[in-house]
Amino acid sequence: MAQLTCENLTLGYEGKEIISGLSFSVDKGDYLCIVGENGSGKSTLMKTILGLHSPMKGKIITGDGLLQTEIGYLPQQTVVQKDFPASVREIVVSGFQGKCGIRPFYTKAEKRAALENMKRMSVDDLQKRCYRELSGGQQQRVLLARALCATRKMLLLDEPVAGLDPKVTSEMYSLISKLNKEGITIVMISHDIEAALRYSTHILHIGGDVFFGTKEEFKRGLFISDRSLFNGGEGNG
Amino acid sequence: MAEIFEKLVYYFQNVPTVRYAFIVGIFIALSASLLGVTLVLKRFSFIGDGLSHVAFGAMAVAAVVGVTDNMLIVMPVTVISAVLLLATGKNAKIRGDASVAMISVGALAIGYLLMNKFPTTNNVSGDVCSTLFGSTSILSLTPADVWLTVSISIAVVIAFILFYNKIFAVTFDENFARATGTKAGLYNLIVAVIIAVIIVLAMNVVGSLLISALIIFPALSAMRVFKSFKSVTICSACLSVFCASTGIIISIIDGTPVGSTIVAVDIAAFFVFWIIGMVKGGARK
Ligand SMILES: Nc1ncnc2c1ncn2[C@@H]1O[C@H](COP(=O)(O)OP(=O)(O)O)[C@@H](O)[C@H]1O
Ligand SMILES: [Mg+2]
Repeated sequence: MAQLTCENLTLGYEGKEIISGLSFSVDKGDYLCIVGENGSGKSTLMKTILGLHSPMKGKIITGDGLLQTEIGYLPQQTVVQKDFPASVREIVVSGFQGKCGIRPFYTKAEKRAALENMKRMSVDDLQKRCYRELSGGQQQRVLLARALCATRKMLLLDEPVAGLDPKVTSEMYSLISKLNKEGITIVMISHDIEAALRYSTHILHIGGDVFFGTKEEFKRGLFISDRSLFNGGEGNG
Repeated sequence: MAEIFEKLVYYFQNVPTVRYAFIVGIFIALSASLLGVTLVLKRFSFIGDGLSHVAFGAMAVAAVVGVTDNMLIVMPVTVISAVLLLATGKNAKIRGDASVAMISVGALAIGYLLMNKFPTTNNVSGDVCSTLFGSTSILSLTPADVWLTVSISIAVVIAFILFYNKIFAVTFDENFARATGTKAGLYNLIVAVIIAVIIVLAMNVVGSLLISALIIFPALSAMRVFKSFKSVTICSACLSVFCASTGIIISIIDGTPVGSTIVAVDIAAFFVFWIIGMVKGGARK
């Protein structure tokens, strides 16, 4: 069974549809890139998968041992975070909050694991630093470390390289790739079709023509239609 | 200087109500400062303002109805309003703000109207003034008042410590917390209820118009200098207690109104921290 299955989803706000009849599934170890123009509903789809927003129709099924609350998440940055007084360590360990239930404090094991995740993302030497004083790339790595505390199975990343310079962008991509090779399923929203084609195993294109399939199928669709970059053929979605 | 000091010692030794005021002031300042960061960063400040006006209205109603213990009416009304404001404020941002404005201004007007229509003493404007800006009533506390305030403050502090990590997670990134299984709605509710309790408590000291200052100033000051949530929280708690004690001492010596003196000290502290923050920031760059 797939880790994540979306069946005939219709998404929208206050009765207005943005996406309709969307179906796709993600298997363990996949690297899915979601592409599409601004405002096509990529972030909305991600929030729906996370249970932050309810679909108008259709359903989302998690399986293969994955619970909905075990999905880690790297949000598009919000304004509130910008002047928040928080150290890197405080933020990373807060990734365990979902597992705490009513337990008030983090366990020693959780604090150790948080440190491990900071090391994995090479931000352990920043752990006492203030989050808002870090560079964009460092901030993203901190949030990735936090997401890793919340999951070992699946990461949802909403435009993780937006606003980063080319060098930091490619570092970020290789970090994500490394996590994928370690067995974490990746679902990433991206504007960067080239990077999507380089790193991902599957592509979901929404808005206008809907396509879902493997990277190879997407490329074939591109070459056959040869109209525009996004005009993929009808996939198996 | 020695004279002033002797005067203070005399007051503390011989006037129990001064001692009570001091104890109550410190505990209230401590509990009020804890949620400051959350209030500022969650854009909950509007709820704080709204609630203090609601508490004012409830106070007026309590006075008119003539219940012996104001808290019996003011506390539940304020807590329920907190829950309602949170619910409306979250679902639609703009409508939430408007409803807060409606409720808070409405409560002010009705409260003032009631106090004039059914005066309980023959000094109405004095009553209104002391409800809005805090009163000398802090100097007429009974031991029972002191016990009640101290126990509620301690309960607030304990609740804050137990929910500290959850409040952090929900304040820093509510979506992430919610997505990974934290009951964000529940903790928002708890925060709102704690704020309501603090407002009712603090009303006795600084009055309903100045409560937000007591809650927000220490946090804003601490945020100028400190960079982690923990250090900001600890600093604002210490600062708030320091400012409250200083304010109470000044008001005893000088005979100034307690509430506004405390807030004035808070403001002075804010400027000091602002400058420290600038100097530190400049040095780093
Ligand atoms: N909270 C909201 N309420 C109403 N409409 C929204 C909300 N959030 C996003 N939208 C609308 O939904 C559409 C899709 O938004 P979004 O999912 O953020 O797109 P993307 O991430 O692909 O750029 C946009 O037209 C946007 O205006
Ligand atoms: Mg988006």
